[in-house]
Amino acid sequence: MLDILERFGLSLLIGQFPHGPLGGIALTLAMSATALVLAFPLAILVALAREATWRPVRRAAAVYVYAVRGIPLLLLIFWAYFVLPLLTGLDAPASVTVVAALVVYQGAYLGEAIRGAIRALPPGQAEAARALGLGYWRTIYWVILPQALFNCLPSIVNQFILLVKDTSLAYIVGAHEATFAATQINAQLLTKPLQVYVILAGIYFLLCYTLSRLSRMLERRVVRRRARPAASQPSFSEASA
Amino acid sequence: MFTSTTFDILWQRDVQLLFLDGLRVTLELFALSAVAAYALGALLAALHFAGAFCSGLVQAFVGYHRNVPAIVQLMVWYFGVPQAFPASWTGWTDAHLSGFFYAVVALSLNAAAYISEDLRSGFRAVSHGQYEAARALGLGYVATLKLVLMPQAARAALPALVNQALSLFKATSLAMAIGVADVMYIARQVDGATYATFASYLVPTVLYLICTLTLMACGSWLHTRLSAR
Repeated sequence: MLDILERFGLSLLIGQFPHGPLGGIALTLAMSATALVLAFPLAILVALAREATWRPVRRAAAVYVYAVRGIPLLLLIFWAYFVLPLLTGLDAPASVTVVAALVVYQGAYLGEAIRGAIRALPPGQAEAARALGLGYWRTIYWVILPQALFNCLPSIVNQFILLVKDTSLAYIVGAHEATFAATQINAQLLTKPLQVYVILAGIYFLLCYTLSRLSRMLERRVVRRRARPAASQPSFSEASA
Repeated sequence: MFTSTTFDILWQRDVQLLFLDGLRVTLELFALSAVAAYALGALLAALHFAGAFCSGLVQAFVGYHRNVPAIVQLMVWYFGVPQAFPASWTGWTDAHLSGFFYAVVALSLNAAAYISEDLRSGFRAVSHGQYEAARALGLGYVATLKLVLMPQAARAALPALVNQALSLFKATSLAMAIGVADVMYIARQVDGATYATFASYLVPTVLYLICTLTLMACGSWLHTRLSAR
């Protein structure tokens, strides 16, 4: 197993970079991070739409969330890879289309996580903000989102873990991420599939386990901060005294 | 002639039969893996409470299955594990164990890990007094588990357990990566043969939505039924 790592470790890590396109774990992480960053604003909009007062908006958001929850990610990837270019005439590389599918997919799941965090806030927060004369968008931007997003930091990290695992499906449409790199190595060696795939599993395990520790640490911090009594927070009168 | 957006193929008898066959394989994959996964998940959840050693083993099992992508687990089972079999077995295993078999093994082990975690948090939702009262009334460990703790834990864990069924159903699509002819695999075959891309992927989309929305509806029906008691 060590000799495989020694021979192919670098290509598992970064693919053919810098002599060719980025690949391996580096591409896995780049795709996951890009998908998370792009899915984030979409997820916030979905969460707000799911809680909107106007019914058609709520309905539309619900249809989107249920449809995405109802079909496998692999099918979304196929739609993005085979069907979108036909409909739009655009021809994007595999990694880009997979990121697009991941954004659509995560928009729904991350949106539900953010919606849960918004609903968990005491209603007095929004009511107080509105009573002070803030409009809807200002209430969301200055009062609701800062609290809700902080509280759902652990779920955001958990969604990132899901993304890292989900990018492995990209190998089916030929994006050169870690799983693709491993299948290539397996095809070269031919006789050592167990070692190659155990190495691949080990890499994902290390990555995702580390991230899940981070998520747990964040969760403890969030719980501690939420449990802190309001009186111990510095108030304006203390600051000015 | 065919163009990529034609729907004519959907009225061809052989294409319809292919998709029906694929749907049958998908449903079989789901049914077999679901039965195995829920049984094994319950067993793992029970083992978790049976001492530090057992709980450590269960944690390692859960840790592996939660932190490694399901498709990599499938590859380890399908490509990797047969290599570790002794040479005298390989004739038999090659002849008798198909991609379908390995897919069921990998999918059910994967789902069992998640299900055991959900059941465990269900157990934590049941107060310790229930356990003590059952034992004080003279029920043994197994009877307490079966008659008192499991029903309550299952009710608390129900939404999560339904979600796992949904995830498992969607995860059956991964089996196409190891050549199992499920509905997703058929869609790719039909697309390759006819170039009717849009129609080829519309069929599995509709089929998956029908199945998963039915599952979600069953889940919410069960939820209202159980919480009404």
